[in-house]
Amino acid sequence: MTTATTQAPRLPAVLDVFVTALHDGWVVTKRNLIKIKRIPDLLIFSTIQPIMFVLLFAYVFGGAIQVPGVNYREYLMPGIFVQTVAFGSALTAVGLADDLQKGIVDRFRALPMSRAAVLVGRTTSDLLNNVLVTVVMSLTGLLVGWRIHTGFWPGFAGYLLLFLFGYAMSWISAVIGLSVRSVEIAQSAGFIWLFPVTFLSNAFVAIDTMPSWLQPVANWNPISAVVLALRDLWGNAPEGLARGTGYPADHPVQLSLIWCALILVAFIPLAIARYRRSASR
Amino acid sequence: MADAVVAEGLSKRYGSVWALDGLDLAVPEGSVLGLLGPNGAGKTTTVRILATLLRPDHGRAWVSGIDVAKEPQQVRRRIGLSGQYAAVDENLTGYENLEMIGRLYHIGKGQARERANELLERFELTDAATRPVKTYSGGMRRRLDLAGALITSPPVIFLDEPTTGLDLRSRMGMWDIINERARAGSTLLLTTQYLEEADRLADDIVVLDRGRAIAHGTPDELKLQIGGERLEVVLENRNEAEIVAQMLSEVGGESTVDSEAHRVVVQVTGTAAGTLAEAVRHLDKAGIEPVDIGIRKPSLDDVFLRLTGQAAA
Repeated sequence: MTTATTQAPRLPAVLDVFVTALHDGWVVTKRNLIKIKRIPDLLIFSTIQPIMFVLLFAYVFGGAIQVPGVNYREYLMPGIFVQTVAFGSALTAVGLADDLQKGIVDRFRALPMSRAAVLVGRTTSDLLNNVLVTVVMSLTGLLVGWRIHTGFWPGFAGYLLLFLFGYAMSWISAVIGLSVRSVEIAQSAGFIWLFPVTFLSNAFVAIDTMPSWLQPVANWNPISAVVLALRDLWGNAPEGLARGTGYPADHPVQLSLIWCALILVAFIPLAIARYRRSASR
Repeated sequence: MADAVVAEGLSKRYGSVWALDGLDLAVPEGSVLGLLGPNGAGKTTTVRILATLLRPDHGRAWVSGIDVAKEPQQVRRRIGLSGQYAAVDENLTGYENLEMIGRLYHIGKGQARERANELLERFELTDAATRPVKTYSGGMRRRLDLAGALITSPPVIFLDEPTTGLDLRSRMGMWDIINERARAGSTLLLTTQYLEEADRLADDIVVLDRGRAIAHGTPDELKLQIGGERLEVVLENRNEAEIVAQMLSEVGGESTVDSEAHRVVVQVTGTAAGTLAEAVRHLDKAGIEPVDIGIRKPSLDDVFLRLTGQAAA
């Protein structure tokens, strides 16, 4: 059907695809956000969890390890942020599996809309959810004594990096959500791999306390890169603290950006290909 | 008249089972085709292929002359699909569902809103328009799902079992709406397990069994083939059944006796009501009181018994 939007001078095809993806993606994002508005419990639980994490880690682990000259509670905070955002991105898998199971994806796939829109919409609404969770976490962190010591711009850059990482992780999660057959499986498959990934990192312990064969894994782990980058950007990594070795220790921000780019480049096309082939029945 | 939907040799295999096995279809523009068959006959697979959701293993299909596999996006602009399981978003209101679908058809914000309101009114959902769909009844969800398929008034509409699971009142409401669309000139392809539904709605019926078309014709042609309505009388004993069979051969067409069940079945040749009244008069005159008497419409099982010698799976 010819409509007002297609009567405008034709955009170059690639741009057209992109603009349609953004338009349709935004329509789907709004749909996902309405769900959060209609089911406030979702919001309550997704904010309780980060508050709980900050308090548990601050008071249980924070006091357990004494490092001379280091505020361990403050050192832990970037790790909790990154872990929470990574787990938050697992919601993408659950949301997509739910839409597949309910036949909504079929409805979308029979519409002349962008093939990327359902994924763009889902990852965007999950990003916004992560932003909100991060705000709550930051406020809780401030209450228990965590501070950004560097200034507005580095602090802001840290948040941007955190959100970019969460967004990239959402696309991995999208591939998982489109590959499993039900919400229940998505609920475990989406989260389970995150445990080793987040714990095999510098988020909660110094890498040099790990067995030597594990150290390179933890050193190059994207979670470690982002955590270390945040510690640097926010001034939460005191002098003399073990940072790992080599390139990851020297250029954590750069390495984080490279990781995010690699994840996005690999998983966006994979997720879109999965979406095209996905059939709920 | 040109055909709005054409399928040639559609085949689709799941594992070792052929869900579709060389299906040919042609739906003339502005007509209604009913795909009739039991569960697993390949009805949904056919709709999914025609609506670009599934690629066939073999065969080709065209909607408004456009190849479904080669230019799916062009096909999607011209079709509306309403599925077996009402695919509406439970957390959105009825209005929000329709507006969203309109926006995703790219008809513009203003027109999407206008159409949403129009359709809500037409489908008697205005009062529920601002309530989340999770509060809707099954019938309301189906109507909303169907409304979603009609947002752009598409020339071709696919309805996959539009009334399965609905109560009689909701089913009749859906029939009105579907008939209205057909009169408005849309081409419809609908699947159903109910012969009565195909009879009421379709200009043409294709009977599917195990992925193949086993019969094709207008509802009247099919009814002739399988036998239309029939009068059934159940008697006290075998003896009475024999007498009544003899007696009622004047009332209708061919009559058969099931001597085990003491049941007489007579094909209705005139009107159902006339035949019934006349049969009652005959029984009265002979002083025979039947255990049960009534008009039976042929069911999908009857169709299958006739066409394949087997009951519907």
